[in-house]
Amino acid sequence: MKKITAVILSALIIVLFPFNFAFAAGDAEIEALRGTKLYVYNWGEYISDGEDGTPDVNALFEEKYGIKVVYDTFDNNESMYSKLKSGGVSYDIVIPSDYMIARMIKEGMLEKINFDNIPNYKYIPEKYRNLDYDPTGEYSVPYTVSYVGLIYNTKMVEEAPDSWAALWDERYTNNILMFNNQRDAFAIAQSLLGMDYNMESEYAWRTAAALLKEQKTVNPVYVNDEVFLKMESGEAALAPYYVGDFLTMYENNNDLAFVYPKEGVNYFVDAVCILKGAKHKRAAELYIDFLSDPEIALANAEYICYGSPNSAVYENPDYEYYQDELLYPEEGAFKTQLFRNLSPETLALMSTLWDDVKNYTPSGFSNRSLFFGDETASSGSAEGEAMTKQTVKYAIYIGIFLLLCLAYIIFRYARKKYRERV
Amino acid sequence: MRRSGTGAKLISVPYVVWAALFIIAPLFFVVYYSFTNAAGQFTLDNIHLLTKYIPTFLRSIWFGIVATLICLLIAFPTAYIISQKSDKIQRTMILLVMLPMWMSFLIRTYSWMAILQDTGLINSFLVKIGIDPVHMINTGGAVILGMVYNFLPYMIMPIYSVMAKLDFSMVEAAQDLGSNRINVIRRCIIPMSIPGVISGITMVFVPSVSTFYISQKLGGGSFDLIGDVIERQFQQSYNYNLGASLSLVLMILILLSMAVMNHFSDEGEMVI
Repeated sequence: MKKITAVILSALIIVLFPFNFAFAAGDAEIEALRGTKLYVYNWGEYISDGEDGTPDVNALFEEKYGIKVVYDTFDNNESMYSKLKSGGVSYDIVIPSDYMIARMIKEGMLEKINFDNIPNYKYIPEKYRNLDYDPTGEYSVPYTVSYVGLIYNTKMVEEAPDSWAALWDERYTNNILMFNNQRDAFAIAQSLLGMDYNMESEYAWRTAAALLKEQKTVNPVYVNDEVFLKMESGEAALAPYYVGDFLTMYENNNDLAFVYPKEGVNYFVDAVCILKGAKHKRAAELYIDFLSDPEIALANAEYICYGSPNSAVYENPDYEYYQDELLYPEEGAFKTQLFRNLSPETLALMSTLWDDVKNYTPSGFSNRSLFFGDETASSGSAEGEAMTKQTVKYAIYIGIFLLLCLAYIIFRYARKKYRERV
Repeated sequence: MRRSGTGAKLISVPYVVWAALFIIAPLFFVVYYSFTNAAGQFTLDNIHLLTKYIPTFLRSIWFGIVATLICLLIAFPTAYIISQKSDKIQRTMILLVMLPMWMSFLIRTYSWMAILQDTGLINSFLVKIGIDPVHMINTGGAVILGMVYNFLPYMIMPIYSVMAKLDFSMVEAAQDLGSNRINVIRRCIIPMSIPGVISGITMVFVPSVSTFYISQKLGGGSFDLIGDVIERQFQQSYNYNLGASLSLVLMILILLSMAVMNHFSDEGEMVI
């Protein structure tokens, strides 16, 4: 009996030895990370989370490495940046968009990635590496690539639009949605004007702002995530949004259609980065590598519906959106531009101009326009006039209210005096 | 005596610490940011920039006033009626008033969007019974409706709690002296419930003026309230300084109106 046990044992040791050895040599460091926590900051609905039988990526990662993933979400680059900058939080992994990555690199907020620890980087083809925002390719691993485009409801538009100008079309007054997000909103105006999204000229930004103000005559509704509710329920006819989200909306409303406007669109890359001061950089690299793993990347790509920069995904014939012509359009089929980081002065200018756009009220009768002909409509004086009108209107309302209050107080006081005398 | 004195002091410690950390310190930061630029140097630029937002301030204040008045008109009779019922019914009715607050404010406002929109609940009902749909969403009216809906319980509760504790012998005395029902309400009930009305007005006016979520969802973002502008400075533009100075002005405006209101409540006993 003893003999047999001994034989089996030694056989087992011989069989298992190479594996043991391999594990022991390379992965002592990984083993040591067991029980640590990894803080991840990502966009909302931007990872396969186990809903409807999809794989739960974070749970799989926890299972594989024993590292606990603490996962938080944000809904736009700017709020993510503000939160990180305010210093109240500390994350290890963050997934911003291109121009924000450039800004964070410039401000020293990101840590260089050790690509020896990211073997799956081989699935990211050359065309998605070392892009403008991270020219040396040391700080980020692309996660999704996608485009902005125009979503429209075929039941509500008279002819299929092919231009951003449809968002200025008075036939669709009250039925137009618009980005409630400065950079994306300006990009649409800039496309229409044939401008570069990343110019630094004040005049150019002011011109784009004037065009956005002009859009107010069709009374656009400024939306973020409400675009899903409003487009799916047939509340609005036209909306600019991301192609990946269109696919999600289309599943719920087949009347919707999508077009890449001829003036060109924003092309964007969201990429995984490690933040400066990450407590477990090695764990963060494990996570990045895990996200680029063909199976995990496939699960994420099918869940998010955005384009994947992972060749193991988009070359996989079993992939739900394999060669999808919207998600993976032919190169050069339409004009695309990437956002780049802007100078602080231009960012400040954009913010002020955006405040002006939001607060602008068209005088109502102006059909003349900057873009569609006459250039006088959006001149400073007309704008100033509309502002004053607004001010006067509310000032009069509040004034009347205060006068009534005052009159009442005086009345009471007088009556009191009168009664005292009597 | 001594012991109870130190005891009282000890008891107040948690709140004093809380107030210092979460009320005084943030206020200090608001003032600090208002008068500095991004580099931390003293500047009055933010204050100069404020003139641009005067229309927004006026609009917010006007919306706040309208919402508060509507709330008052609805809440006063409601509170009075509730306070006249038996204890058991009072409890149930107060529970019903509070019921919507069990759900998140954000979800409630979001669902108003689905109710009011052109293809929403109300309009599809109107179409079904053969009436032309009414465009309601993305207007100032929808925003005010959202404010009234969300903040109404804050008006009902304080008025009700004053009325419930009202000394009813006063009412009986008034009746004995020959007051009719209208005079009882006018000369007894209203003056005595002024403290509740004042705190109700405060609790509705302040959040109405500074709200941003309601105007974004129900107003469609096509016009700003001051809360929207402030939120955007912090969330999107990363301009803490302008955001802080806007908040500072808003705070001063609210404090001023509160001071005026308090003047009223001091005169509460005066016959209306």
